[in-house]
Amino acid sequence: MTTGMRITTTTTMEATPMLDDFLVRAALAGLGVGLAAAPLGCLVVWRRMAYFGDATAHAAILGVALSLAFDMSIFTGVLVIALSMAMLVSTLSGKGYAMDTLLGVMAHSAIAFGLVAVSFVSGVRIDLMAYLFGDILAVGKTDLLVIWGGAAMVLVLLVWRWQALLTATLSPDLARASGINPERERLVLTLALALVVAVAIKVVGTLLIAAMLLIPAAAARPFARTPEAMALIAAVFGGVSALGGLQASLWFDTPTGPSVVCLAALIFLGASFIDLLRRGLSAQAK
Amino acid sequence: MTSLVELRGARASLGGREVLTGVDMTLERGEIVTIVGPNGSGKSTLMRLIIGAVPLQGGSLTRAPGLRIGYVPQKLQIDPTLPLSVRRFLSLPARVSDAAAAEALEHAGGTGLEQRQMADLSGGQFQRVLLARALLTRPDLLILDEATQGLDQPGSARFYRLIEQLRQELGCGVLMVSHELHVVMAASDRVLCLNGHVCCEGAPEHVASAPEYRALFGSGTQGALALYRHQHDHDHGVACDHDHDHGHAHHDHHDHGSHSDA
Repeated sequence: MTTGMRITTTTTMEATPMLDDFLVRAALAGLGVGLAAAPLGCLVVWRRMAYFGDATAHAAILGVALSLAFDMSIFTGVLVIALSMAMLVSTLSGKGYAMDTLLGVMAHSAIAFGLVAVSFVSGVRIDLMAYLFGDILAVGKTDLLVIWGGAAMVLVLLVWRWQALLTATLSPDLARASGINPERERLVLTLALALVVAVAIKVVGTLLIAAMLLIPAAAARPFARTPEAMALIAAVFGGVSALGGLQASLWFDTPTGPSVVCLAALIFLGASFIDLLRRGLSAQAK
Repeated sequence: MTSLVELRGARASLGGREVLTGVDMTLERGEIVTIVGPNGSGKSTLMRLIIGAVPLQGGSLTRAPGLRIGYVPQKLQIDPTLPLSVRRFLSLPARVSDAAAAEALEHAGGTGLEQRQMADLSGGQFQRVLLARALLTRPDLLILDEATQGLDQPGSARFYRLIEQLRQELGCGVLMVSHELHVVMAASDRVLCLNGHVCCEGAPEHVASAPEYRALFGSGTQGALALYRHQHDHDHGVACDHDHDHGHAHHDHHDHGSHSDA
């Protein structure tokens, strides 16, 4: 996947000169996903829903097949499938199934069925790699609009429900006693997750969406004393990973989506190391 | 004055098993009621029914209009990935001012804990913070589910004295579940013995004088038996529904030696 190829695909619109640069669009797209995914990722981590994010994201490839089959926008198809998958998983987990196994089964079968479905659908030859690992350098202005629109919706949703989401995350009973319906908050989270998957597929691809949820959040944990601080720091890490990963992929001529995730992982490593060092020091002080 | 909560023939299930098979009880403003009963007798389910976390499957549950409930759960597992200071915790689900938070902590005996992480608190401090959070809603009814789990005996005794004191200051009703009958009794106005339904209820002094109350330690079933026997032995001022259908554990032991001295 060389960057040279991509430039040709992205030179159509004129309106705002700055957005004509594919790199600027890529940077903005990555930033949008990073900023929206990270705070949501915190909730996913706190609620131990890592696999849940995986299953939802992997189902997105099935959404791609659906979009191609019915000639819909990729965003719509992916959103519909991600939402259905998230709802299904959410309902099953409420019914007390052995979730880790079930989610593993669903995550992987979703991607397998998705790949098979895509191969059935198209007379058109599509670049599967673009959906599996993202194609951030091919982001057009419409894509950008969808990404930032979706990211804004996720952030608004999270800010609006934040207090209730946190309470329900701590304890469903505590939420109930305060008149909060934890089922409804779980639905909010499910919706936000589906939205993030739908906007992130173009940027990092189905295989690595969960990474953008989890890794910045995990890296932020040692530096935060409140949930809000962790969400903010995670958003910063997410943004830095997106921009830095993009830059690195240009320098080293590497695929962009995986480069973004690599940088996030390096940040996580650094954060863990600093945390370890700090713990060591405070243990010595005692 | 209307009751805070009134249950009539309330039924509830947990995982397909009917746990509460017809509970009648009322809670009044300003009274402290303790629920005792063997393991699996539905104590926690009853609490969760009242806060609305378990659906009512029969009978009726009436809450006073606008009833504010302060709930102190049996345990609160905070995921280690969730950074949460005491101050932040107190602002869930409604944000409160620093002054209000400090006052609630003082009330609950946890002054100055604001900046600590929830994960770093000792068992006693943790319970006090949970209590402080419950107080911030200015509750009409304070519900405590095994609130002293993990505290040593002097610790839980202090905790219950605190509850009694709060009841006087705030005028709220208090409903609690406890295994530690010996500690709870001093603070309770009324004790309810639960086993799917309310088998006995009455003033705690009668329970306090029971020689069997020590049997409560370690085994809930033994404890409830002790309470039950005792109330059969000394039937003063204690309402026991003798003619009720005793299709449960109590009945099996009904005719055992404990009645020989009656």
